Amino acid sequence: MLRYEDITVGSELPSRDHTATIVQLFMYNAAIWNPHRIHFDHAYATEEEGYDAIVLDGPLQGDWIGQVVTDWIGEDATMVSFGYANRRAAYLGETMSAGGKVEEKNDETKEVKVSLYLKNAQGEVTIPGHAVVRFA
Amino acid sequence: MAGLLTPEITARIGQANPTIHVEVTRRDIQKYAVSTGQRAKKYLDGDEAPPLFHFGYSMAILPPEKLRKDGIAEDKLIPPLPLKRVMAGSSDTVYHRAIRPGDNIKITRKLKDIYEKAGKTGPLIFVVTEVVVETEDGEPILNETTSLIAR
Repeated sequence: MLRYEDITVGSELPSRDHTATIVQLFMYNAAIWNPHRIHFDHAYATEEEGYDAIVLDGPLQGDWIGQVVTDWIGEDATMVSFGYANRRAAYLGETMSAGGKVEEKNDETKEVKVSLYLKNAQGEVTIPGHAVVRFA
Repeated sequence: MAGLLTPEITARIGQANPTIHVEVTRRDIQKYAVSTGQRAKKYLDGDEAPPLFHFGYSMAILPPEKLRKDGIAEDKLIPPLPLKRVMAGSSDTVYHRAIRPGDNIKITRKLKDIYEKAGKTGPLIFVVTEVVVETEDGEPILNETTSLIAR
């Protein structure tokens, strides 16, 4: 069980690696109903739009950093706010590492602010983010 | 300031897309949960939707011949901009409660603001939209603010 009292500012949240397969990417784009060709048509993505390969959806990467928070809090706190930004492209086949850090605690509201990141194997952040969770 | 934004563009601020009405199903949540690699049982079982689940509900449902060559549906909310290179987008959401199966919800997307700023390498245009998700009874679920930058 995660307790507000036990959380220290500066501590790291458990990280997790994600390597999407073409099947997972297909399922994701089907689930959100996204027909954008850069996510499933290799020839189109590389030849017409100049990408290195099939592009991972930004909101999928955003979801991965959201899971850093939801897996960390479980049922012990609720998500108050969450944000992410698309900084650079990530491609099918890349292993992306999602993680985060405790930035602030507010003893009055029992809210904890965390910063989040998704990094590629070169250590470049493709998606930074932030969230606030509240303990009962 | 360069004055790139014409009255035709700024007149669009405040306009909204037609409201989308959705009956949330457990199966929709399960598909989203599996495809995003969720680990929490409540998401995989479809008892509750993960925080970004609502994203797909803003997608237009159009036949292929109505889509652009790149597969995307024309975004009627955002007017054609004089700067064509779209850079980093961002999303910030405030949550009131989770989406659950059986919810009857409505999604409204509105153009909140368009403004320009001088960047280091030239002018930038910022486009801000707001997505409001609530139940048909008006119970708030979430408010999402998205922004994109064109240069």
